[in-house]
Amino acid sequence: MSATSSTIVNLPDQRTATIPKKNYITAEHGLLSWVLTGDHKRIAMLYLISITFFFFIGGAFAGLIRLELLTPQPDLVASDTYNKLFSMHGIVMVFLFLVPSVPATLGNFLIPIMIGAKDLAFPKINLLSWYLYLVGGVLTLGALVMGGVDTGWTFTTPLSTHYLNTHVITAGLAIFVAGFSSIFTGLNFIVTIHRMRAPGMTWFRMPLFVWANYAASILMVLGTPVLAITLVLVVLERTIHIGVFDPQLGGDPLLFQHLFWFYSHPAVYIMILPGMGVMSEVISTFSRKRVFGYTAVAFSSVAIAVFGFFVWEHHMFIMGVSNYSALVFSLLTMLVAVPSAIKVFNWAFTLQKGSITFETPMLYAFAFIGLFTIGGLTGVFLASLGLDIHLTETYFIVAHFHYVMVGGMLMAFLGGVHFWWPKMTGRMYPESISKLSAIVSFIGFNLTFMPQFILGYLGMPRRYHAYPAEYQVLNVLSTAGATVLGVGFLMPLIYLAWSLKYGAIAGNNPWQATGLEWQIQSPPLTENFIETPIMDHEAYDYEWLAHKTEQEVTTVG
Amino acid sequence: MDNTIVATHDTHAEEHHHSLPQLRHHFETEEQQREAGTFGMWLFLLTEIMFFGGLFFAYLLYRNWYNPAFVAASNQLSIPMGTVNTAILITSGFFMALAVWAAEVRKQSLLVMFLILTTVFGCAFLGVKYFEYKEKWEKHHIPGASFDVSEFINPPVSAKTGKPIEEPLSPDMARKTQIFFVLYFAMTGMHALHMIIGIVLLFWLIARARKGDFSSGYVAPIENFGLYWHFVDIVWIFLFPLLYLINRHPGT
Repeated sequence: MSATSSTIVNLPDQRTATIPKKNYITAEHGLLSWVLTGDHKRIAMLYLISITFFFFIGGAFAGLIRLELLTPQPDLVASDTYNKLFSMHGIVMVFLFLVPSVPATLGNFLIPIMIGAKDLAFPKINLLSWYLYLVGGVLTLGALVMGGVDTGWTFTTPLSTHYLNTHVITAGLAIFVAGFSSIFTGLNFIVTIHRMRAPGMTWFRMPLFVWANYAASILMVLGTPVLAITLVLVVLERTIHIGVFDPQLGGDPLLFQHLFWFYSHPAVYIMILPGMGVMSEVISTFSRKRVFGYTAVAFSSVAIAVFGFFVWEHHMFIMGVSNYSALVFSLLTMLVAVPSAIKVFNWAFTLQKGSITFETPMLYAFAFIGLFTIGGLTGVFLASLGLDIHLTETYFIVAHFHYVMVGGMLMAFLGGVHFWWPKMTGRMYPESISKLSAIVSFIGFNLTFMPQFILGYLGMPRRYHAYPAEYQVLNVLSTAGATVLGVGFLMPLIYLAWSLKYGAIAGNNPWQATGLEWQIQSPPLTENFIETPIMDHEAYDYEWLAHKTEQEVTTVG
Repeated sequence: MDNTIVATHDTHAEEHHHSLPQLRHHFETEEQQREAGTFGMWLFLLTEIMFFGGLFFAYLLYRNWYNPAFVAASNQLSIPMGTVNTAILITSGFFMALAVWAAEVRKQSLLVMFLILTTVFGCAFLGVKYFEYKEKWEKHHIPGASFDVSEFINPPVSAKTGKPIEEPLSPDMARKTQIFFVLYFAMTGMHALHMIIGIVLLFWLIARARKGDFSSGYVAPIENFGLYWHFVDIVWIFLFPLLYLINRHPGT
């Protein structure tokens, strides 16, 4: 294989290259300099460590769930324990991993640099949001240690308020607090993007990663407070029986569903939009082309955010809502597919006639496009009323949202972590083993969740720990897939840690990418830029980059 | 490090436009810092609107469903007390607006005085609220085990007309008055909580204003707190008609 055509990686001469002595990691020393830092890059690293921890906790629950479902009989755990397993899996993965995953780590690290700022607008609030996240996490672990929660991650009333004797209040408070962490992150991003852009960095010169996080931030800021007040009402209902959601006192459990999904459906877009932002960066870089239809991709993020607020009732089609409103929400739900499709088509056109290379982030990007498309299209199935009634509360739903959340978001997160790993640490990850892990994850993922589409269509309900014997073959396949997937997720943990010490020195711009973050040293200085950059070209302008490199060569030479 | 700049700053603040000691390192200009702060505050208030929005939504839904119960229950609230409280709160907001002005024209003693007046009227609002809550307690209108609906099923008879002062409710509908009081306490309680947080912040601002922190052109904390305080006022401006005024005596 000829190395020149199959890769764009351009590393400095390893015999002479060193990590810059002065950077944000070496700027200060000691634990306190980390936990009291105001530097967005350090806070991003704190987030990266904490969400990885919670990801593996949530993953452990998933492992136990799949192990129980290996056999039709309820033999590994009791039904109560099983309920707690899937509830804690959902709570940890949604609120402590997926919602903060890309925004709080990659977004925190990159948004100020990408727009040419020294930091986020409110560094102290940024740190506060990490502490709130930790408090939420500790409360969740507390609920877990005290005996867990078995409401499902949706806290459905009146189940959560009247019928269960588990730690609903602790878990509710945990999510309440973690919610404020997400509100403050979103608020910080919006203010930063509006007010801190470098000279020349107009809205339509911003990288699409910034646009995607901006759209997600709007959702965080507008949606999360509604979840907060809803959880307050659930806690009050449980403690002093106020009756807002209690039919015996005239309250309406469906009101809870409206309020909960008013946040929790947009939350799906909070989770996926930043992942789409990662995709735009990665696909452009490894096709050496400007993202096709930049403006359309930018606006489609905002369109997803806006439409996302008007689809929540599709979670309640089987709960006795009015047929007419169900029709409207069905149509609106299908409309969300339009901006999502705009993105996928534009990525495809970006690839067309590009000089494509297959580094690890690009493999994750291909996984994302395929898996997200399957997840998105099955979402259109579920938006249609007739099919939804057949498929609701079955494994079809489970497979659908895992295709979006794991196949989409998690692949995007891992792709992004690999892509910006050289920038964050100054060192490359090992390329061949990481390619292997991307492929292992892709195979494992499909093996886990493709059978669940079939299971769901055949009628296997979710949230049960026993099932009829005829479903066993598909469940065994799914559990086998989960094992492969687990390996695929453990590998990066090990080799990325290894690369911190032994990885090749990356240099400023190993991918020859155009973003401002690649024009500064890796790892960056605490203040990011030595002098405020002036943006005089469009985003993804590879000619500008080639010209710049040429000039550097001539001036240095 | 910052202190030395403060020391030289006061004497030259009028003539020179060199940057404030409060300018944080990551902002290019004071204006950028101020705009970012104000914009952040507006966004935070937006999240607050959404936070209260859930309660307003519940209120509108249940008011629509259980209109007779909501009408009867809202008649239990005291309009004079509510009106007085509205006036007190608007006055407090007025002094807050004056405080922002005082900070902008760098009059330290006026600023302190207006902040204290804002606090006093804020506390007065909470005082009146205490008496209103106390009355609900005495009438057993606090939702919970001791909630009493008898007054709504058998309203007292008016001495003048010989008729009940209120349209009697069926026992089933009368129980729904509890939902009204739940929302009344949730909404006014959440509002009062915001007042209490505001008053704590006011004490902190007063202490800083007395040290002269806001007398040299750095007014962002006062301005942003002003936005918060006016927001709390505006929430009450919506709560007062919704809970006290709308449709009090239909029919009777």
